[in-house]
Amino acid sequence: MKELLEFLSLSNANVRYVVLGVMLLGASTAVVGTFTFLRKKSLVGDAVAHSVLPGICLAFIFSQVRHPLVLLSGAFLSGWLSILSIDFISKKSRIKADAAIAIVLTVFFGVGIMLLSYIQSTGNAAQSGIDHFLFGQAAALVGNDVIMLAIVCVVLVLVVWFLFKEFSIVSFDAAYATSLGLPVRALEFILSTLTVVAIAVGIQAVGVVLMAAMLITPAAAARYWTNKLYYMVALAAGFGALSGLFGSYVSYSAPKMPTGPWIIIAITMIAFVSMTFAPERGFFFKWLRKRRKENNTMEENILKIFFHLGEQENNLSTVRSITDLQARRYFEESKMRAGLKRLCREDKVVETENGWKLTKNGLEESKRIAKLHRLWEMYMSKFLKIPADHVHEGAESLEHFFTPELEAMLEEELDFPETDPHNKPIPYAKTNAS
Amino acid sequence: MSHAFWIILTGALVASSCALLGCFLVLRKMSMIGDAISHAVLPGIVIAFLISGSRSSLPMLIGAALVGVFTTFLIEFISKKAKMQNDAAIGLVFTFLFAVGIILLTLFADKMDLDADCVLHGEILFIPLDTFATGTFIDIVPRKIWILAIVFLIVIIALRIGFKGFLITTFDPFYAVSVGISTVIWHYVLMTLVSLVTVVSFESVGAILVVAFLVVPAACAYLLTDNLVKMLFIAVGVGILSSVVGYYLAQWLDSSIPGAMTTVLGILFLIVFMLAPKYGLLPRFFFKSKSLVRTDQV
Repeated sequence: MKELLEFLSLSNANVRYVVLGVMLLGASTAVVGTFTFLRKKSLVGDAVAHSVLPGICLAFIFSQVRHPLVLLSGAFLSGWLSILSIDFISKKSRIKADAAIAIVLTVFFGVGIMLLSYIQSTGNAAQSGIDHFLFGQAAALVGNDVIMLAIVCVVLVLVVWFLFKEFSIVSFDAAYATSLGLPVRALEFILSTLTVVAIAVGIQAVGVVLMAAMLITPAAAARYWTNKLYYMVALAAGFGALSGLFGSYVSYSAPKMPTGPWIIIAITMIAFVSMTFAPERGFFFKWLRKRRKENNTMEENILKIFFHLGEQENNLSTVRSITDLQARRYFEESKMRAGLKRLCREDKVVETENGWKLTKNGLEESKRIAKLHRLWEMYMSKFLKIPADHVHEGAESLEHFFTPELEAMLEEELDFPETDPHNKPIPYAKTNAS
Repeated sequence: MSHAFWIILTGALVASSCALLGCFLVLRKMSMIGDAISHAVLPGIVIAFLISGSRSSLPMLIGAALVGVFTTFLIEFISKKAKMQNDAAIGLVFTFLFAVGIILLTLFADKMDLDADCVLHGEILFIPLDTFATGTFIDIVPRKIWILAIVFLIVIIALRIGFKGFLITTFDPFYAVSVGISTVIWHYVLMTLVSLVTVVSFESVGAILVVAFLVVPAACAYLLTDNLVKMLFIAVGVGILSSVVGYYLAQWLDSSIPGAMTTVLGILFLIVFMLAPKYGLLPRFFFKSKSLVRTDQV
């Protein structure tokens, strides 16, 4: 606990630098990554992230210094080269984009690994720490590095800020952007450049192997919460910064731990929570809504069976067993029993010794459903000119989806007909019938 | 047998198994799934190692292969049920599983002789030194070679028996469904094989070279022929060639052997990409051959 407070208070200058640096990195790569995600270039991002390694190694071999600006420019050049190679291979040969990405990724990375081991075998003292680029070691960042990274990040975010509208049009609909007269190629070039820069600076924190997640996972998570690009970018930046904070804390409290993987764990957890529990798009609530609708449909079907049986015998309050109900329309017994239990709870049926019986509420409800079914059948035969023997199926599914407003419109439009196309009476509630 | 021989043989065995399966991945446009699996088996390997306490044991192979299949399942789940776009789903799943693997490795570093470096570079150098130590003729051949050879055999047998199934579900999945061949089953058979090969190759050559061996030889072969059987043989040839040349390149530079093998693969690809008689860049440029039929651009 004391450790956490010490960490959060940022009283230690080194900690302050590292935490701020990593959070900035997380946020700015997420901002740029949102556009990578929207342009469906996530895996290209992965390839670029792996491909910066040989650039870093070559920059070191030629300069023999570990200055971040030198390594960054090496990373930038080989990152760009990888994007060009992927485009070139998939455009100029029969090899498809997925294979082109995989080829460039592995070959660049393999060359990088070869150069890295070559550097390590030369035993140059300055090389120590070069291998941190593999998995990231934020704790190794010092004041000057962080200031430089911060400047780069701010520039990235500013460029996105000023070109926000143009970027969003290009990302969503490049053809439309062309028709507007926007310089699409130039904008795409800038976007790719931003991506490469974001990756080149981001690998300091998470390393080349996991960099793709830094880029796309915050955006993927944010996508579940909103349909507005503006919010999505802001949310992604927040997620990125938050997981950066988490990762650097773990690295601070357990110095042996690499920062990168912990940042990725944090950001992926955020994504899992988002895809599950986001109110509109999360699959938990989607599933819940679907189940509620299914249950509702089942209940309405049961009530309708009660009504049909009662209508035949001219007695709507007879007690019915499950077998009676199944004889009219078959549903599995377990489903039926569960539906009746729910109807009991809603005070629409009551359970007696020999079965179930409609309550007053249930009676009204069952009439309403039968009415809707018949009204809709009427509407289909009257306005859509569908023959009477074909209207049942449509009404069967639509009767569960009518809102009170639609119900009123339907009654008005048809002017309260007495019977449906099969000459069955339409049961109106008392107020309407009068 | 010399040290060099065993190392080259290791590379060649990994290359052959990977190249064969890679042909199907490339043809099915699933190269990046291969990449994802090869990263994602890491936590499986670590956990199985912690449980069984040894490497290359049967439970370890099975455990890790299951994780590989689980990966493809998870990707499909996220892209279908949670409606995430496919490329992002792949990226999200494999980075996550790989991160979990790296963290487990760091946590239990003192309990196992496997570390993050080994994951990327492999330990191909030490393979000749590690035998089953039974005191019989089995010891002549290193442990890893035995295992790689058995897996190679499994791949060949599976492809031989299932050739028709793989062929039809790869080239014409709609026809396959119409004659009652399940594309899903063949998909998962392929994924299981890829996972199995990835797992056994992982320790020897590292995560990245596995992907390189899966995709690059197959892509070269794809540029050289239109015949699937020829493609399989060419891919194996390219794989073996790169492991031989790569070994000597690494000796010369005193560098990582898998890294050098990948570099050679890249050079071979570049040559094929430029010079392949029918689909190469230069021949098509000079002879204006119209043979390149690209249905995807119509």
